[in-house]
Amino acid sequence: MDTPLIVFKDVTKRFGKKIILDGANLAIYENQITTIIGKSGSGKSVLLKHIIGLLSPDEGSILFRGKPVHEMKKSEWDGYRSRISYMFQNNALFDSMSVFENIALPLRQTTDLGKKEIEQKVMSRCEQMELTDALRKYPAELSGGMQKRVALARALVTDPTIVLFDEPTTGQDPIRKNIILSMIAHYRKQFGFTAILISHDIPDVFFISDRILLLWDGKIAFHGTYEELTRLKHPMIDEFLQSIEGLRDELTGLLSKEMFRSRYALTLSGGHVDTTITAVLFSIHCDLLSDALGPQAAIEVLKALGEYVNKYCVPLGGFSARHSRDNILSILPHIGMAETVQLVHDIAQEFKTKALPEIESLACRKIGVETCFEIWVTAGITEGSSNDTIEQIIEKAIVNQEIIAKYQCGKEDGSQ
Amino acid sequence: MEYTIKENSFRIFVDSIGNRTMEVIHNLGAIAIFFTLAFLKIFQRRQLREIIQQVFYIGARSSNIVMLIGLFTGMVLGLQLFYTLTKFGSEGVLGSVVALTLIRELGPVLTAIMITARAGSAMTAEIGILRISEQIDALYTMRIDPMRYLISPRIAAAIVSFPLLTAFFDLIGILGGYLTGVVLLGVDKGAYFYRIHTYVDIVDIRGGFIKSLIFAVLVVTICCYQGYFTHLRTDSYGAKSVSISTTSAVVFSCVMVLISDYVVTSFLM
Repeated sequence: MDTPLIVFKDVTKRFGKKIILDGANLAIYENQITTIIGKSGSGKSVLLKHIIGLLSPDEGSILFRGKPVHEMKKSEWDGYRSRISYMFQNNALFDSMSVFENIALPLRQTTDLGKKEIEQKVMSRCEQMELTDALRKYPAELSGGMQKRVALARALVTDPTIVLFDEPTTGQDPIRKNIILSMIAHYRKQFGFTAILISHDIPDVFFISDRILLLWDGKIAFHGTYEELTRLKHPMIDEFLQSIEGLRDELTGLLSKEMFRSRYALTLSGGHVDTTITAVLFSIHCDLLSDALGPQAAIEVLKALGEYVNKYCVPLGGFSARHSRDNILSILPHIGMAETVQLVHDIAQEFKTKALPEIESLACRKIGVETCFEIWVTAGITEGSSNDTIEQIIEKAIVNQEIIAKYQCGKEDGSQ
Repeated sequence: MEYTIKENSFRIFVDSIGNRTMEVIHNLGAIAIFFTLAFLKIFQRRQLREIIQQVFYIGARSSNIVMLIGLFTGMVLGLQLFYTLTKFGSEGVLGSVVALTLIRELGPVLTAIMITARAGSAMTAEIGILRISEQIDALYTMRIDPMRYLISPRIAAAIVSFPLLTAFFDLIGILGGYLTGVVLLGVDKGAYFYRIHTYVDIVDIRGGFIKSLIFAVLVVTICCYQGYFTHLRTDSYGAKSVSISTTSAVVFSCVMVLISDYVVTSFLM
């Protein structure tokens, strides 16, 4: 693995007698999205504030590219801080300034850019965040969601290389949550920054995260990928995930991943052991869609697909869940291959006739009628036995994936 | 036994006085450092716009109330002094007495107290709210020095505004004295202005301005300090801490204005 960008070495922080960080050790890697999870009040924000220098450790040290930050010269420290941007949990917008002034403030105060350049940069960020109608408004006149987007625009306007997001999706509806997370993933890819996130939006935040850190009792109890986290059977992690993950995925209305696993285990132990099960893996290409149509359209495609999958599978005794950002796995324990093929065909038909036109008009509003774009939805049908794990079923289904619905420059097509 | 209790009580009493004294000394030291740091940052880049804004807020927007108070202070002085001086047959010196009282004493003091009430309290509340809503932290994360951006322009603006408003106060006060003394009570118009011209020296005017500068530094530093460190209060939190900081700032500023007025006057005399 690469050399870490930021390292915490035995960092301890106390407020009075209360120990918030108790010898925390962690590493943040460049160009990755690292998500910090943990119970409320466990010190996640405190940890983030140490990175930007709002708080300093009582014991231990923080290293940036191997150099302790407390030993840095003023110019080095300024250089370090100029790369970091911070998005506050409560947004911390200046309520006596308009949206435009809020976003322009760091450029006006810390750069030598001219008035026109500042205006261009601010306008470009506002367009990306859909804030152009709110430029002259004050934060108090905006909804919580819009305030969040203003804070996000302000955090990104200086083109930082490290961005710290303190619960960026709190108070947003499921679509906006996913749009913000997609935006973070998209900008990370586009601008190549390192993102450190605090979020409780499971599973959505996991889908965009490269690494996950679990803060527990002032220490980093787990660090690794999402797959490693789900594979790790530890009572503390189970307790934590169960406490914050709902029964259903907020965006699509499908089962949560944990619920899906429970249903799957129940299905296998419920007298159907001898019967083979049928599974379908539906996929869209969120990254490509997001690049072409913007994050909102990509999320709408995913949401619509989730709704249709649910609508058709549940009456047949099936159950489904998102297994990554753009994959939905459906298990159909009581029907055979032929019926499953028909079911997938029906889903594809309804998706093409109802969802695609709406997404097309949304995309045209966003990017203009003349711009060409494509949407593919693929599905892979497979049979699984009672010995198969979910991961094995997914692997088998991926091999069988075919395009079931397609939109390309004004013409719809589908094949199966 | 009784002796031990008495001894312990005395010790606790002395301890508390000692602690309180140390706390006051610590706070005074902190305020002095706070002022010095903020003052030095007045001369950094990108300050002019902020200073002009603050001069408008502290100076221009306080001018009406300062002039109104100046007018009535001058009028009541004219009225009181006329009847007092008449007893000694010296109503002819009314102009000089009104002018000297205003220029040396009442002008700087009342102006400082009025600005404290109008702009000082607002400063504390505004900075306090910025602090508790993490907006000051947000400035720091954007590499905008909060001291430079929030405090220095206010200190510069106060240093500019206090003497100017004091001058307005004095001028309007003298006109107020003229209204009651000359227009209403019949003191000779020529004598009123002649005595002012004769008895008011440049030393008096300079003394008044020195006082107003000292008051400016005291008021703005105390008000900004209270707001800036409102989150460190241990007696209250959140909105309550802002309200208590605002009250403390106004009370402490007024007390310090009056105490320093005595000290400065004793040096100027």
